[in-house]
Amino acid sequence: MEVLACIKRVPDTGSRIVLTEDKQDIDTSNLGFTMSPHEECAVEAAIELTQSHGGTATALTLGPDEATEQVRTALAMQADEAVLLETDGSEWGAIDTAQAIAEHVRNRDEELDLLLFGNESADAGNYQVGVRVAHELDLPCVTGIKSLTVEDGTAIAKREVSGGSEVYEVELPAVISVKEGLNEPRYPSIRSKMAAQRHDVERSEPERTAAVGLEKIRLETPEQSEGSAEILGEGPEAVDNVMEVLSNDLEVL
Amino acid sequence: MILSLIEHEDGTPSDVSLQMLTLARDIAEQTDSSLAAIVFDDGDAVTDAVATQGVEDVYSVTHDRLDVYAPEAWAESVDQLVEELDPEAVLAAGTDRGHEVLAHVVARRDLPMAANCTEVDAGDAYEVTRQRWGGSLIEHARFDSGMPVLTTAAHEIAAEPATEAADVTTHDFTPTLDDDDFRVRVSRREESDAEGIPLGEARIVVGGGRGVGSSEDFDQLEELAELLGGTVGSSRAAVNEGWRPHDDQIGLTGAKIAPKLYVACGISGAVQHMVGCKGADNILAINTDPETSIIQKGEYAVIGDLHEVVPALNEAIRNGQ
Repeated sequence: MEVLACIKRVPDTGSRIVLTEDKQDIDTSNLGFTMSPHEECAVEAAIELTQSHGGTATALTLGPDEATEQVRTALAMQADEAVLLETDGSEWGAIDTAQAIAEHVRNRDEELDLLLFGNESADAGNYQVGVRVAHELDLPCVTGIKSLTVEDGTAIAKREVSGGSEVYEVELPAVISVKEGLNEPRYPSIRSKMAAQRHDVERSEPERTAAVGLEKIRLETPEQSEGSAEILGEGPEAVDNVMEVLSNDLEVL
Repeated sequence: MILSLIEHEDGTPSDVSLQMLTLARDIAEQTDSSLAAIVFDDGDAVTDAVATQGVEDVYSVTHDRLDVYAPEAWAESVDQLVEELDPEAVLAAGTDRGHEVLAHVVARRDLPMAANCTEVDAGDAYEVTRQRWGGSLIEHARFDSGMPVLTTAAHEIAAEPATEAADVTTHDFTPTLDDDDFRVRVSRREESDAEGIPLGEARIVVGGGRGVGSSEDFDQLEELAELLGGTVGSSRAAVNEGWRPHDDQIGLTGAKIAPKLYVACGISGAVQHMVGCKGADNILAINTDPETSIIQKGEYAVIGDLHEVVPALNEAIRNGQ
């Protein structure tokens, strides 16, 4: 089966986010980049599915030349092919991104069985690229998936709901956007990382549509609460004070 | 008219839907519009709950094939109501369903969608304040054109009742749906065998991080959670170590919690984790490092080794009961 996992290059922000002076972007001068965590699971799923059913797992990203790094990470994880839809590095919205991905899929030689997306990108959190691509290609789409198997041309996908899971059985080809927890993405070996550096990356420059959208005015970091917690004590001796807080202040005992 | 999609379980609207109505009512007031709700299954069942939020009209969507959730059929129904009612704006809560259904609606109508909004300024152009990076960054954005469609960030807006309860009129609406709208539908439901209260609904959450040290040492946290009538969660570090399942993860790509009390044990408070627990009313951090981030952000702290503090606390609670 032919599986395409769509990923996004995002700044790796384990620490505090600092904005550029014009408040339009994150200052990445001291940050590395990574792929969104949900999408790492999409890549892993693409690899596992093609390893058990045969076929090709392709990783695709839309972004600047530097985003090659993220598709090479997917190759190092054992994806078979990689595609870069190269942009000038400016931020693309959900509509133009979806249109570019759909156009790439229409122009492919091989028809796809499954298109995997992260449920939402870590940075923009738009929650809609997968659905829009499905709409462009007239494919069924399930979002928010944390379990995925394929049997006899049908994807069996599960979404967590309160008290259990909803199970969807969708005929392929289909679009599925997944959440972290779907699987445990593998760590690439040094050897596979080196092989990934030598692997071809298919490139094209998508035409950006003049789509109506949501225009970013500026970014802001939320106010941090000043000061710090009330220290109730050190070690087990603090327990009396904790009991006091739990009983009287918070009334949870 | 401001049109809002209400999610409910057996007639009880979800908390996040009620929170969403606070923002929807704010937009209705700013634009001098009325407030209407779309309800699948049984509109009458939610009438009292939404009336207190100021909803005047409930559009109760029924169809003989809508016995289970089907995203495209829901989106088609919303789309048909939008066509008929020509609302000023459309909202849903930022849930899996809310995002999914409205994403289908905007894809059909070639409109933008703003996800996880917390504020709206409905002037000449709609300006929204929305969360990015799960809430560790805020974006101010403007709708270029067309009907604004947006979801609201969960647990960010209080579900405040309207000054006066509205007099609700329920309208039955039967959409025209065909086979294509049911390409995706819930085939069956599987009950979880996990015991206890789901993280997102828990009033007390006891979270453990790298400082817990092993899966066995989570037993102490389990006991504390049980004594407090809560549930256990964890940081991503503890999941990565294999000590807890991913379902327990609190954070950017895990559960978002909104308990009355979050007891954070051996958790440093990385940005991604804080995104998941910022809905907590109170954080009690137990940590050996007084400089750690969660102590700067929480309400209460005990400086010390959780392996000593938690058993002592468990004993004190047991003795007090």
